[in-house]
Amino acid sequence: MADPVLFEFLHTEMVAELWAQDPDPGPGGQKTSLLVLEGMGFRVGQALGERLPRETLAFREELDILKFLCKDLWVAVFHKQMDSLRTNHQDNSFPLLVRMASGLQYLEEAPKFLAFTCGLLRGTLSTLGVKSLVTASVAALPACKFQVVIQKP
Amino acid sequence: MVGAETKELWSGTSSELFTLTYGALVTQLCKDYENDEDVNKQLDKMGYNIGVRLIEDFLARSNVGRCHDFRETADVIAKVAFKMYLGITPSITNWSPAGDEFSLILENNPLVDFVELPDNHSSLIYSNLLCGVLRGALEMVQMAVEAKFVQDTLKGDGVTEIRMRFIRRIEDNLPAGEE
Repeated sequence: MADPVLFEFLHTEMVAELWAQDPDPGPGGQKTSLLVLEGMGFRVGQALGERLPRETLAFREELDILKFLCKDLWVAVFHKQMDSLRTNHQDNSFPLLVRMASGLQYLEEAPKFLAFTCGLLRGTLSTLGVKSLVTASVAALPACKFQVVIQKP
Repeated sequence: MVGAETKELWSGTSSELFTLTYGALVTQLCKDYENDEDVNKQLDKMGYNIGVRLIEDFLARSNVGRCHDFRETADVIAKVAFKMYLGITPSITNWSPAGDEFSLILENNPLVDFVELPDNHSSLIYSNLLCGVLRGALEMVQMAVEAKFVQDTLKGDGVTEIRMRFIRRIEDNLPAGEE
């Protein structure tokens, strides 16, 4: 059973590695690196979602799925509670507020660390049958806001 | 439907998060680099960077004192560090007569739980991150070592074996006048 810090250390190193590698230090290169991180998170999220027994997938509404993700998956994966899930969502957009790890000191660094997690959420939702777009923004550390937008077919 | 039951379902998840993320990393590196050797080097380098920081976490949480010799070091690595971080206790075997080399035998390697090496990656050392971690961590406690995989269950061997070799003690070489 891998200790939780291993993921944190690995994630930090992955972010550093992707940035060091990129020949384009400007906004174009950054975008690629963020996409790569998000894509990796997505594949991991999918695999995590697949490990759920089928009974738990009988959700009726997207809100139930998101509540499940917030309370259970988030705690299990990150050992932290999500601060809140605002249920007064508009259309198919759900904001989730999270207190992130204390390691994030600089606002401009935050997107690199959130990209993987956005992908993770999107991937798990995808396995649960929900197509979504997940973005994150940081107004004031350590709190950050994930925005989950459900894509209706 | 959700609640206590799902907590059990997810109890292995943070462990899986690490191994799945590691798998995604290796996959990405295989895309980024043309040959397995470069991927191996990159895994080792990343492992090193992790190791030099992981040692702080380890020392803070484990309360082990300074090791007096390489044998003590081996015990701490296998029985404390591996247990703490990966939940396994490798066995220590094959000591060299000079006491400067030993093997860690892992019956199960948690990193490879869901992994199969594709055919065109026969030179890939999938878990090479571990060697870098060991090297980086030990360097921070003044030991220069070499760590390498000599057997790998992913390649069909019966066990996974990491060979550890003590190179030299690292003295602090600070120029005069510096703190």
